[in-house]
Amino acid sequence: MIADNVLVMRYAKKIAFTLAILLLLSVFLLPLAYGMSMSLKTLDQIAMGKVSVLPLAPKTWTYNGKDYKLYKVPINGQEKILAMVKKGRQKSVFMDPDNPNAGEIEWEGNWRGLDNVWAVYPQWENFKKAWDATKFPILLRNTAMYAVITTFAMVLSSLIVAYGFARFSFPGKNILFMVLISTIILPSAVTSIPTYTMFYFMGWVGTWLPVIIPTFFSNAYNVFLLRQFLMGIPREMDEAARIDGAGPVRTLFQIIAPQATSAIVAVSLFHFFFAWNDFFGPLIYLAGNADLYPISIGLTVFNNQYTSQPNLIQTATIIASIIPLVIFVFAQKVFMEKLIDTGVFK
Amino acid sequence: MQKAHSLEKWEHKWGFRFISPWLIGFFIFYLLPIIVSFIFTFLDFSLSDVSKISFAGLKNWKRALFEDKEVLASVGRILLFSVINMPISMLFALSVALMLNSRYLLGKRFFRTFFYLPSIIPLVASVIIWQGVLNENTGWINLLIEKIFNVDATGSDGIRWLANPHLIYVTYTIIGLWGLGNTIIVFLAGLQGIPVELYEAAEIDGAGGWHSLFRITLPMITPVVFYNLVIGVIGLMQYFLVPYVINLGSGFPDGLTNFPMVYFFRQAFTYFNMGYGAVIAWLIFFLGLFFTALLFKTARHWVYYAGGDK
Repeated sequence: MIADNVLVMRYAKKIAFTLAILLLLSVFLLPLAYGMSMSLKTLDQIAMGKVSVLPLAPKTWTYNGKDYKLYKVPINGQEKILAMVKKGRQKSVFMDPDNPNAGEIEWEGNWRGLDNVWAVYPQWENFKKAWDATKFPILLRNTAMYAVITTFAMVLSSLIVAYGFARFSFPGKNILFMVLISTIILPSAVTSIPTYTMFYFMGWVGTWLPVIIPTFFSNAYNVFLLRQFLMGIPREMDEAARIDGAGPVRTLFQIIAPQATSAIVAVSLFHFFFAWNDFFGPLIYLAGNADLYPISIGLTVFNNQYTSQPNLIQTATIIASIIPLVIFVFAQKVFMEKLIDTGVFK
Repeated sequence: MQKAHSLEKWEHKWGFRFISPWLIGFFIFYLLPIIVSFIFTFLDFSLSDVSKISFAGLKNWKRALFEDKEVLASVGRILLFSVINMPISMLFALSVALMLNSRYLLGKRFFRTFFYLPSIIPLVASVIIWQGVLNENTGWINLLIEKIFNVDATGSDGIRWLANPHLIYVTYTIIGLWGLGNTIIVFLAGLQGIPVELYEAAEIDGAGGWHSLFRITLPMITPVVFYNLVIGVIGLMQYFLVPYVINLGSGFPDGLTNFPMVYFFRQAFTYFNMGYGAVIAWLIFFLGLFFTALLFKTARHWVYYAGGDK
């Protein structure tokens, strides 16, 4: 009996705690809900200060093929819901949607003082508008091209370098590895001016080359992560392959790489998300070249041009976030476990 | 003996072959630019008119360190912002990690995924979403404050998160909470590395939850706190995207968001003053290096390594 009570208490505690965290999570994710809600709203609703979670629009009534907005009209001390046929400053003409045969009703007063009747009415066409206004297909093509090419280049080059550091001894290896790690703390500001100048004189500024080509030469984070993983694969695998007559390159790609699939997938995901979000490189190298912009830059430009249409801005950000979010949801198991397990943070 | 020697040579050869992509990349994209960047600091050199490259001596350094007040001011701004940003970010990330690691939490994977999720959204997109949520007319934050505390928070006389000079660093810190997924995961990894026996022993000795937190959990995760601080400092010294997206690099009224990296960007890539820009870039580097070194220096007083090694 006592044991039962303890068990019940423990479960009650668990459920209460979980619910509290769920509440915190919903506050944390509130902006996401805001973005989605905003993306479905009309400009009218936003302009009229009708703040609501739901996307609302004035309710309309169709009569003889025309749409009339519904208003709450006070008549004889009673509030009636009427459709406005003709608006006027002193008096407006209404009709009763419940009783159209009664004909036109005249009402005296300024129609601007009247309240609309609101109905939930998600504006799915916002997505099409934002899609067209941002030239989204071009942004998407540029971003996808950049992300896919550089992920391939980065993973391939980092794997090769990581294998070199993990399996071969050569003079100065430890110092070189230290140098590799220390490049992480060097701010991009220091290298970006000479690199920019170099690419400027090569005529590459205004093209994608300055941001794509460096990824063929690996990067410290990814080399470090892959090396940590490769060190965990038994050396006997390499030796057995060598005895069977495989050269080092074949050993890497046919024996070691298949063993390291999960680390390779993790590095690919890291780089893919990085590339999808990359901002500084494209910003300096593609300035003014709108046909080459990736989503991150296109979105910034759109944000500054469409300040009067916050609903379309939010729609565009939702569209821009969908692909990384979908990939994350499908790959979250690999992603989260790798983040914790690879030891890159320890 | 001869054979061992040739095997060694074979290993050296292949080792260098495999690391050559990084070696070449290091020379072209790190070593050479570092040297050239340093040389640039002594030149008057603008890409808008390349015919006029001239030797400037220490002029650029003198200007940055003694004449241009904006440089020192921008350093002051990033320090003030760090002082506000760092404790809030670390406390938030650590609290979330503690909650996600709690034995009372059901459905841990679900919560981990969703607390990480905003970090996946392109940073530009999340800044724009926050710009909306914090808007005093159409945003939800002020509305929520109004509803909960029954005060007038919306409209032009409400809380103007993005325009109030007293709030702007807090606002940027709040926006930053969304990108703390990695920091949370690092804390979580640290928490999972603490041996359960320590807690069991403490429980037998009658230690309560808070006691365990301060006597076991916090000391045991000081190495990951240290790691997160170092990564955080390096990131903050290069803080750029949020102010750029919100103000398009024009800087906040009163220049409050004209941080070193923002100023660097303007000098180097708006005015194309490559020489002067290079000086600011080096100052950003030294600033980061100074604070990282400071952290390493203090580390032996508060970072605890269970293995005893430092």
